[in-house]
Amino acid sequence: MVEIDRLISESLKGDKHAVARLISIVERGLEPTPYILEKIYPHSGSAYYIGVTGPPGSGKSTIVDKLVKLFCNNHYSVGVIAVDPCSPFSGGALLGDRIRMNKRQKEWDVFFRSMSAGRVMGGLARTTKESSRILDASGKQIIIIETVGVGQSELDIAQATDTVIVILTPESGDNVQLMKAGLMEIADLFVVNKADRPGAENISLSIEAMLDRQRGKMEWKPPVILTSASLDRGIDDLYEEIWRHSRYLKQDDKLKNRRKTQLKDELKQRIESEILNVLWQKIHGNAVIDDLMDDIWEQRIDPQTAASKVVRNWLKD
Amino acid sequence: MERKIRVVMAKLGLDIHWRGVYLVSQFLKDAGMEVIYLGNKFPEQIVEAAIEEDADVVGLSTLGGNHLALGPKVVNLLKKKGMDKIKVFMGGVIPPKHIPLLKKKGIYEIYGPDTPMEVIIKGISDSVSVN
Repeated sequence: MVEIDRLISESLKGDKHAVARLISIVERGLEPTPYILEKIYPHSGSAYYIGVTGPPGSGKSTIVDKLVKLFCNNHYSVGVIAVDPCSPFSGGALLGDRIRMNKRQKEWDVFFRSMSAGRVMGGLARTTKESSRILDASGKQIIIIETVGVGQSELDIAQATDTVIVILTPESGDNVQLMKAGLMEIADLFVVNKADRPGAENISLSIEAMLDRQRGKMEWKPPVILTSASLDRGIDDLYEEIWRHSRYLKQDDKLKNRRKTQLKDELKQRIESEILNVLWQKIHGNAVIDDLMDDIWEQRIDPQTAASKVVRNWLKD
Repeated sequence: MERKIRVVMAKLGLDIHWRGVYLVSQFLKDAGMEVIYLGNKFPEQIVEAAIEEDADVVGLSTLGGNHLALGPKVVNLLKKKGMDKIKVFMGGVIPPKHIPLLKKKGIYEIYGPDTPMEVIIKGISDSVSVN
């Protein structure tokens, strides 16, 4: 533990090597993980968390690169966690979010970490949250979490951040697709990137129209920002809107309440997984599963009845 | 949980030939490694990435003749940052007579264009003391 204690105290001072090591340990769920999280948590909470999500190829990495530059030029320190999918076959991953990263100025304080969505024990939500807390505690003022918006990951990002940016492109589709996508409900800011291409006006009108239908219910009206990130257009507007949303959240304890809700959800999820862990250990210890598998395979009992039996037996103990 | 080898892959400097490094990256991914692909980067940025990504291995692709200058520079920068546990591999078109020179300067292994993919995968795996 001496080595771990050293890493923790170095990371709190902002040492990159220590931060990098701690993230690896926590990401792999190695033995010192609970201890690290316990020590780090009291030092976290002062950073502002931004989520960036959207379909593949929408320009997330380019926008993140430009935002990092803006934050740094305005003297903020920035931590980035970029999540890419992993191969379901080998478990390996090709993480390409650094390709878009341009050269940093010497005075910039940036830490960028690529993460594979697959290797995560306990879901993407757990590792992104824990790694961003390590960055937060190391003194980063702005934390950006970037994930591909396909399926569950965008909900995880909404649960871990203060401002969620959803990036679409002129090719992202018409009204109907917009309404179907789960992406739409979580956005605090919409970006239509590659707006120099035809169709940008149309898609931004579609988003506006969709928002209009819900506007009565919404206190914060998500703005739609047109950008061409690779041409450096619209990024200043996006930057301003992030701060406008952050100012909005800081009124009437909204930020506090949002974070409390997130922490409550996190606590519930962790209790659930703790319960499951404890239960599984007990049930597996009885070798009950293997016995029942024979019966299920031979069709003497169906899986549902077998499951009820296992749980009832456990409750009797 | 199974420990995945993390490899930072880059094209050195302004070298524009990307197919080789991309292909090797894909194969390493399929072998279960986590490959952080940087595209074209200079030694400072490669070392920066290797530290932040907590890489086990750095793979440098070079076909443009800058291997003697930029390869050892990556090794030296890593050493300067106290990260010499990270192994540096090189691949691409490198004249055979330069290989002993590069190895002397701290490049762990050098793979020419004919190297079978299995050799590269095994070489990288063996170089990492899995813990």
